[in-house]
Amino acid sequence: MIKIENVTKIYSNKRGDFLALDDVSMEVEKGDIYGVIGLSGAGKSTLVRCINLLERPTMGKVYIDGEEITAMKKSQLIKVRQSLGMIFQDFNLLMQRNVIDNIKFPLEIAGVDKVEAKKRALELLHLVGLEEKSHSYPAQLSGGQKQRVAIARALANSPKVLLCDEATSALDPVTTLSILNLLKSINEKMGVTIVIITHEMKVVETICNKVAVIESANIVKNGYTKDIIGHFKEV
Amino acid sequence: MEFLNEFGDILLKGTMETLYMTFASVFFAYLFGLPMGVALVVSDDNHIMPSKIVNRVLGTIVNITRSVPFIILLIAVIPFTRMVVGTAIGADAAIVPLVIGATPFVARMVESALKELNKGIIEAAASMGCSNLEIIYKVMIPESMPSLVLGSSITTITLVGYSAMAGVIGAGGLGDLAIRYGYYRYESELMLVTIVVLVFIVQAIQFAGNHISKKINRLY
Repeated sequence: MIKIENVTKIYSNKRGDFLALDDVSMEVEKGDIYGVIGLSGAGKSTLVRCINLLERPTMGKVYIDGEEITAMKKSQLIKVRQSLGMIFQDFNLLMQRNVIDNIKFPLEIAGVDKVEAKKRALELLHLVGLEEKSHSYPAQLSGGQKQRVAIARALANSPKVLLCDEATSALDPVTTLSILNLLKSINEKMGVTIVIITHEMKVVETICNKVAVIESANIVKNGYTKDIIGHFKEV
Repeated sequence: MEFLNEFGDILLKGTMETLYMTFASVFFAYLFGLPMGVALVVSDDNHIMPSKIVNRVLGTIVNITRSVPFIILLIAVIPFTRMVVGTAIGADAAIVPLVIGATPFVARMVESALKELNKGIIEAAASMGCSNLEIIYKVMIPESMPSLVLGSSITTITLVGYSAMAGVIGAGGLGDLAIRYGYYRYESELMLVTIVVLVFIVQAIQFAGNHISKKINRLY
């Protein structure tokens, strides 16, 4: 589903070069909930951004469904991105649009007609349990509700993959759990492959079947969660 | 009453000319200044279309124009005004220097409004497959609208002031009245009324700007 091959990312600025990812390879299979865990600054946010090329790797290749996206033209890449949903720590909702218009936004971009888009948005609102908030604005919602809207928005174009960048880090433990349960049910019912970037072991333990541990620009360990957790407990 | 009989007509005419010059130049200044402001933001190093050349060239043009005092710009561009309008006198002619003076001002206003926007929202839009153009007109501009509206009321008020200065070179409007009657003919009563009208216009613009900005803003 997602294959990252020998990806290196170097940020260059006046002060010098910073190595964010050092020859990283990993593979996410269809149906996985794949956790990427590490301390801040370890390179995990860069890694997830290399999957949809919000950050372009300095070296290496990224494949989605067997197609090399690092070799694609911008117009093709835009199409691929519509099949990869993404959610963020700070939700990143459009603050001047109400909930339903936020969910309709990616549909609008993909050129879905208005009637169809509305129908789809209402289905998604139902899925995330926010029907009664459809005309509220993001500023009127709690953090957990905002993330639900962001999830609905990310799922609008029926993506194959959902990328989550610290999606629960700004939320309290109870809300975190409810968001994780929602992600799990999306994975099970809709068959959406999920990649979760996090610094919380609890998130990995709760829903990830596989995990990669990233440490100073390298993946130091990866595999099935149950095996890796054991390793961690020893450390 | 006697005052109104004597000056009512010219006051009304002056006010209309001032409003005409102001709003016409606001329109054109945004026509040119909005794209310039957008270009200044998106061409920045860490933005969606980084380009050092575009950023520097635009920045320099804006700074040069803004560092020329308006009263000097007004006179300096007279040959150009003649070329465009055919004359250098009257309200229509004044619009040329007003637009030249206000465009860089608008560009900076737009730039600062768009820069307030949280970068994460732009990143999210890119992740949904928005093109750069869609990011600009579907995300950056609508999300910054309350701030853009506030900026436009500041621009409009600045242009009321500029248009009064244009009175010096025979543009008409309230500035022209103040000079011809207040300065040359010592009609202090008319001078006073002119000031009152200007204060009223400025207050009305500021009030409208604040009100609209607040009304459309969904952030609070």
